[in-house]
Amino acid sequence: MKSNILFGRIALGVYFIIFFGYLIGPLVVMGFTAFNSAAFPSITPWQCFTYEWFSELFQDERILNGIKNSFIIGFGTVILSVSIGLAASLVLTQVWAKWRSTYYTIIIAPILIPGVVLGISTLVFWRQVSDMLGGVPLLNNGIFLTIIGQSTFIASYCMLVFVARLQRFDAGLTEAALDLGATHTQAFRKILLPFMRPAIASAAVLAFLASFENYNTTTFTFGSYPTLTIELSQMVRYGINPSISALAVIIVTITVFGALTLEVLRRRSKVKAGDIKPSKGLPSWLFGNVATILLVALSFGLIAMVTTAQSYSPQQCKANYKEARQLENQIKIDALQAARAAAIAAAAANGETTEESGTDEPATQGGATGAFGGVFAPTNLEGAAGQNSGEDNGAAAPASPFGGVFDPTNLEGAAGQNSGETAPAAPASPFGGVFDPTNLEGASGTGGN
Amino acid sequence: MSSGVDVNLENIWIKFGDFVAVREANVNINGGDFFSFLGPSGCGKTTILRAVSGFLNPSEGRVLIGGKDMAGLGPNKRPTALIFQNLALFPLMKVWENITFSMEVSGASAGERRKRADELLDMIALPGQGDKLPSELSGGQKQRVAIARALCAQPDVLLLDEPLSALDLKLRQHMRTELREIQQRVGITFIYITHDQGEALTMSDSVAVMRAGIIDQIGDGHAVYDTPATPFVASFVGENNVFRGKISAINGDEATIATNRSGELLSKITPAAVGKLNVGDDAMMFVRPEVLKMQEGDAKTTISAKVLNEEFEGNSYSIYLEGEGGKQIKMAMPNLGNDPHKAKGDMVSFSYDASNAVVMPAGDLASE
Repeated sequence: MKSNILFGRIALGVYFIIFFGYLIGPLVVMGFTAFNSAAFPSITPWQCFTYEWFSELFQDERILNGIKNSFIIGFGTVILSVSIGLAASLVLTQVWAKWRSTYYTIIIAPILIPGVVLGISTLVFWRQVSDMLGGVPLLNNGIFLTIIGQSTFIASYCMLVFVARLQRFDAGLTEAALDLGATHTQAFRKILLPFMRPAIASAAVLAFLASFENYNTTTFTFGSYPTLTIELSQMVRYGINPSISALAVIIVTITVFGALTLEVLRRRSKVKAGDIKPSKGLPSWLFGNVATILLVALSFGLIAMVTTAQSYSPQQCKANYKEARQLENQIKIDALQAARAAAIAAAAANGETTEESGTDEPATQGGATGAFGGVFAPTNLEGAAGQNSGEDNGAAAPASPFGGVFDPTNLEGAAGQNSGETAPAAPASPFGGVFDPTNLEGASGTGGN
Repeated sequence: MSSGVDVNLENIWIKFGDFVAVREANVNINGGDFFSFLGPSGCGKTTILRAVSGFLNPSEGRVLIGGKDMAGLGPNKRPTALIFQNLALFPLMKVWENITFSMEVSGASAGERRKRADELLDMIALPGQGDKLPSELSGGQKQRVAIARALCAQPDVLLLDEPLSALDLKLRQHMRTELREIQQRVGITFIYITHDQGEALTMSDSVAVMRAGIIDQIGDGHAVYDTPATPFVASFVGENNVFRGKISAINGDEATIATNRSGELLSKITPAAVGKLNVGDDAMMFVRPEVLKMQEGDAKTTISAKVLNEEFEGNSYSIYLEGEGGKQIKMAMPNLGNDPHKAKGDMVSFSYDASNAVVMPAGDLASE
């Protein structure tokens, strides 16, 4: 029996680890990538601890603009959805008892309709309206359309939140207020609205988050006001860098901070009301609960981070890392050259002359084509050098016959992608894969035959 | 405080679709009276109250308060204040804010409201409790806050919808006295809804007994208890022994009824039925348990029965008897210290005074 219980506990523990790993793991990994100097979001070749992606983020005009648009649209959606949702829920619970279920189906339908359809229909409908009115610029404005489009279904979410709360409302309270001389407006404002306040707050948060993360409806309606999600999705097409992770870290931190603050306030009021006792052994200013401690720890962590970010510079580490990579590559190149020399020697010994063998002397064979697709042609190499010089490591391209192709810094630049550039992702660049040592190894293999 | 004003219900009908909730109600309530509507649940008494307070409009008839027709006036325009069955205190407001809500909506300053709240809190014996939330109060305290809140609106008529039903017995009895005291102090008209005949009888100047939308009888406690107008009133208010039969003779305001199982019995005709009974009519005679005496009287007021059971209740005994043909009779005797103990199965003869019994045309009894 005892071992059974133990086994059960272990199984439960493992399950929890897997479950929370599944839930939180991606966030944790993404969080770490924000502090790795590697140019592609990754943690496994850990290069250097850096804050550069945060400054990168705040220098990216498109992301900043996207965030701004997302906030504007988010607030607009909150106001519109909460008002519509509240009105709809009042109608649902207080009037029209006969048509309640029909009305409910209609108002809930937007949740079931795909966001894409809502997006297209919003766009088409308001264009029609605008045309009928002889072209009203507002009706074709991206912010207006996005707020309207998102609100069609977010208002339904809000309504569900309100209906749940309204079902617990005692209509007698409104009657009591009326009986005591209040007008209907006063009864609504002084009795129902305060009762709905928690639901309004949660509906507002829900609406804001739903608006902020919405993509499929927005993609049709954003016009000239791309939101953050639209910007991100457009960036992904050209390759991303860890500044997106940095953004994620900021959002997660704000969320956790908000949640902890809420919990602290909740517990504090509970302790005050005497519903729960403060935990023993904790200072009283913490109101004796774990959430406060976490909140304080998080605050200190943030302060520490911001402070060190002022003085910390990863340049030394980066330089060290670069050197290490250079060394590593040099060793690989040496090994490669040795292997190739051995192959040539072997070929010469067999008296074979192949076209491919020409690649061993790129300086003399100008327009060589073949297995290597001319990559070693001097003009190409010059191009590579030129591109290289545009990168922030600024390594001067030697004018040697090899055109710097084998310059370790070059390889480093291609393989490690430590450049600060954002637009063209290295793997897609014409030289990207070619300089990969493994490629060369493969090539030398063919050359050797 | 405003003085009480008359409330008149003229030929009120209230219908919900085909269902008639209130039928032809005519009630005149004198200013400053404590008036009760008494009836079982679902009899339409709350519906009448809602019509008076303005939450619904009667399908026919008029509600007059202080002689003014209230038609078309909403609850917030009527000089009434209602105390709800569940009290309906505003849970998010403090006690003092609850009490002075009527002042808040009419634009009084916080200072004035605070002052008035303190006065009223003193009156309901809850001084210094103004800053609590309603959820922090006990049942009786909430009750008193609800009363203070209604009184703060300075109504001409205070309407109370079974406000004591949620309280425990002890508190209920205490609050009865307190309500009556408050009513006498403020002097306004109270209209009280209850299904508890004890509450109605102890507090009211006048009681209207209702059955299924119909007002059977209006009168003071004595009238309703001693001379019920209908079999329903006789059986609903207090306990009663009922004897069914046919009228065999009428002599002025007395009638002889040939009961089904207990022979011929003599009784007073209830005032409401005088002149309406004829020889041979189906009739019901009611005799209260406490007017039965354990002694033989005239042949026409004496019944014989077997003792079934005896219950001792401290201040009184209840004796359960079985007459001819299994007729169940209850008898109540005060405990005067000389226990006239009867063994089970003893045959006894007991009698009553014909003026303490009432006979009336047969009708529906209150289902208990």
